[in-house]
Amino acid sequence: MAKVRGAIVVDVEKCKGCGVCIPVCPTDVILLAKDVNSKGYTYCYMENPEACIACTNCAIVCPDGVISVYKIKVAG
Amino acid sequence: MDIKDIIKPENLVYTKTKNMTDKVLSYCPGCGHGTAHNITMEVLEDMGITHNTIGVAPVGCSVLAYEFMNIDMQQAAHGRAPAVATGIKRVWPEKYVFTYQGDGDLAAIGGNETLHACNRGENIVIIFVNNGIYGMTGGQMAPTTLQGMQTSTSPYGREIETMGSPLKMTELIAQLPGVHFVTRQAVHTPGAVRKAKKAIRKAFEIQKEKKGLAFVEIVSNCNSGWKMTPVESNIWMVDNMFPYFPMGDIKVDGKLVK
Repeated sequence: MAKVRGAIVVDVEKCKGCGVCIPVCPTDVILLAKDVNSKGYTYCYMENPEACIACTNCAIVCPDGVISVYKIKVAG
Repeated sequence: MDIKDIIKPENLVYTKTKNMTDKVLSYCPGCGHGTAHNITMEVLEDMGITHNTIGVAPVGCSVLAYEFMNIDMQQAAHGRAPAVATGIKRVWPEKYVFTYQGDGDLAAIGGNETLHACNRGENIVIIFVNNGIYGMTGGQMAPTTLQGMQTSTSPYGREIETMGSPLKMTELIAQLPGVHFVTRQAVHTPGAVRKAKKAIRKAFEIQKEKKGLAFVEIVSNCNSGWKMTPVESNIWMVDNMFPYFPMGDIKVDGKLVK
């Protein structure tokens, strides 16, 4: 069965660190960074990239639309 | 496998719609307005009516909607969006016209315009974002503020005897014969966002078929006004707003279902 791997790209400068994406991730991929962007917001990032399944939940609930989702199928 | 092998243009499955501009949204972190903007614009893109749609922006937090929605927009005076939309739709009946309003705009100062536009059955879409508070002006009590809810103008909580009950605008206008489709949705979880998007799509389809007015309420959070974190405010919304403002369709195909 083909396995799905996903990845997200966060527009760090536009992320406001609201954290709404964190509880909706079914595989606990996302966390807020310890760093801040130029506006002083902590931004979200992939803490656990191997677990991402590209479900797009985080991107759909993101109020600021800062998350883009990529998906590939891996054999095996 | 390296992340760089996944992040390639051909593997992209979701990104912000081109119908939204690149400007940073002026809303507070975690505000449901951004999500409501996104899904509305996605619906226009999906239906291929981006260049044929005129939006009417209100006064309130979403006053700058015309900066973020990359479509033709018109700013209306406070509460007057349904009246302006009526004019636009009557002059240009082939255009899709929608208003995007908050609860202070639609239920308080614009209550009259909303009721009469709905009663006339204007062939427009009204998107009503209800967060139970005046967000932009500093968290004052709105008609939709819940009983006992503390705001800057009801510091001891809303008292029904002196301040009245929270106004269920959506149920109220569902009684009017000109209104074809009335629903209440939310945008706090992926499932809710998908349902809300479907409802907005249905609303625009109704306008396409010239069946009458379609009204979509989106119950949203106001974490700054409610003085909570975004995630806490979503939980508070589910626990407190949803029992009073229950989710689901209220009127479908011109018939009350609730």
